[in-house]
Amino acid sequence: MKAKGSVLKYGDNVDTDVIIPARYLNSSDPAELAKHCMEDIDKEFVNKVKPGDLIVATKNFGCGSSREHAPIAIKASGISCVIAETFARIFYRNSINIGLPIIECKEASERIEAGDEVEVDFESGLITNKTKNETYQGQSFPEFMQKIISAEGLINYINQKAE
Amino acid sequence: MGMTMTQKILAAHAGLPEVKAGQLIEADLDLVLGNDITSPVAIKEMEKMNLTNVFHKDKIALVPDHFVPNKDIQSAQHCKCVREFAAKHDITNYFEVGEMGIEHALLPEKGLTVAGDVIIGADSHTCTYGALGAFSTGVGSTDMAAGMATGKAWFKVPGAIKFELSGTFTKWVSGKDLILHIIGMIGVDGALYQSMEFVGEGVANMTMDDRFTVANMAIEAGAKNGIFPVDELAIAYMNEHSKRPYTIYEADADAVYDRVIQIDLATIRPTVAFPHLPENTKTVDELDQSIVIDQVVIGSCTNGRMDDLKVAAEIFAGRKVKKGLRCIIIPGTQKIYLDAMEAGYIRTFIEAGAVVSTPTCGPCLGGYMGILAENERCVSTTNRNFVGRMGHVTSEIYLASPSVAAASAITGEITNPETL
Repeated sequence: MKAKGSVLKYGDNVDTDVIIPARYLNSSDPAELAKHCMEDIDKEFVNKVKPGDLIVATKNFGCGSSREHAPIAIKASGISCVIAETFARIFYRNSINIGLPIIECKEASERIEAGDEVEVDFESGLITNKTKNETYQGQSFPEFMQKIISAEGLINYINQKAE
Repeated sequence: MGMTMTQKILAAHAGLPEVKAGQLIEADLDLVLGNDITSPVAIKEMEKMNLTNVFHKDKIALVPDHFVPNKDIQSAQHCKCVREFAAKHDITNYFEVGEMGIEHALLPEKGLTVAGDVIIGADSHTCTYGALGAFSTGVGSTDMAAGMATGKAWFKVPGAIKFELSGTFTKWVSGKDLILHIIGMIGVDGALYQSMEFVGEGVANMTMDDRFTVANMAIEAGAKNGIFPVDELAIAYMNEHSKRPYTIYEADADAVYDRVIQIDLATIRPTVAFPHLPENTKTVDELDQSIVIDQVVIGSCTNGRMDDLKVAAEIFAGRKVKKGLRCIIIPGTQKIYLDAMEAGYIRTFIEAGAVVSTPTCGPCLGGYMGILAENERCVSTTNRNFVGRMGHVTSEIYLASPSVAAASAITGEITNPETL
């Protein structure tokens, strides 16, 4: 499984309130949430993002609320993968549970810049920066989490296990 | 190797003799919680599951509190969805308007969270119940759905930071100042993936409301959970509020901690977190300029309990809210509201020029009941001050204790209550 696209770059502590402000939480429709993704940190995100693009950020991405609306909005906006130095723990968990690919890699978070063309191989965790001609090794997931990711989410994983 | 208090609770619920930090386990749940924002998503997810029934109708709590009483049609539709789900599955602990309160103030009061429990909630401040010696952590809606259906959740066992507390708070200082001080010290990811375990002689000098406040904001340091030992005060609280059996776990003497931090409560000063991160703290002694404010909010799952209202009432008594400033006070539950009324606090608040609302999360997350306009500033006893949290993207939130919030409402600027 691979992700491939151009990068939208952010800094430390991108929190769930800027990813999807509470004023939009009276909807749970992914398409509706996607329209307001990243609104309070980057009003232009919804206009810039193309299907397959990646978000790259530095520390503590997704900090704050447990609102699953945050990774849902990001996934529905067309983002194929989020790369960060570290993720806040509830966001990390939620992303895996809904099948939004995420990967931790300090080097990638530092070296990759906005607009770079990047590819991620989820099985090996290898991140390739085609624009800068560099590669970085991302954190691999424990086997259990890999199973959830390949089942495309926790609910599918539980259903499959029960069969 | 010795286990921390959190590790012991997890091991017991996973049916294992011991667990180690980093280990992946599956644990049995004592309670699964959701609110009006997170439950509709969970209910939709549950419909995709092959399991159609909830695992136990007594071990689920549904508390609509964020946009309740409903602020618009969509919120009303969401609450309708939760209400119908609760009826269909005969959920014992569904709290309608009139019964509900702010979830993390309500559940301990109703005796639903006790020592030794493993609790997940689709709300990040679920860590609050660690004050009673439970392992309690925030999760998303999918985990809530899986939890409601299976009664289990997967966890990565956390390591821990030990906070050794000694001494007693000085006047006007409380749990909020302690946790803001800690977050200021270690940062918003300073406890990432870890338990924050609070121990020491200082714990006995903290009221239950102090402990709820501290545990509530563990997530703001990135922690998996916050937890207090179960002492006489916690036991008395549980005996007063709950009929459920509880189990007391204690950390082993040889438990390993990633970090140990010693804090003398007497050295904690009234502390304020400046925009736009909870770690951006200054004590009242470090305020070097006048910061004029437009609004004060006293309430939320962090500080909407009796101790909080009591100290605010003490400051408001015989004084007036600064003319032109909006002061919104929100008791956390119906019981707290009634007790505050009986103690005369509600009269004191209204006579001072503040307004008093029915329990709701409202302004804390920028829902309603006190949204900020462009460039406005609010001193708030809530738990987050990210950009746009309470309204316009240019508005500013200063997080503080109820005593600082009340003092600031009187003067119209951020104020050290000691100077009134």
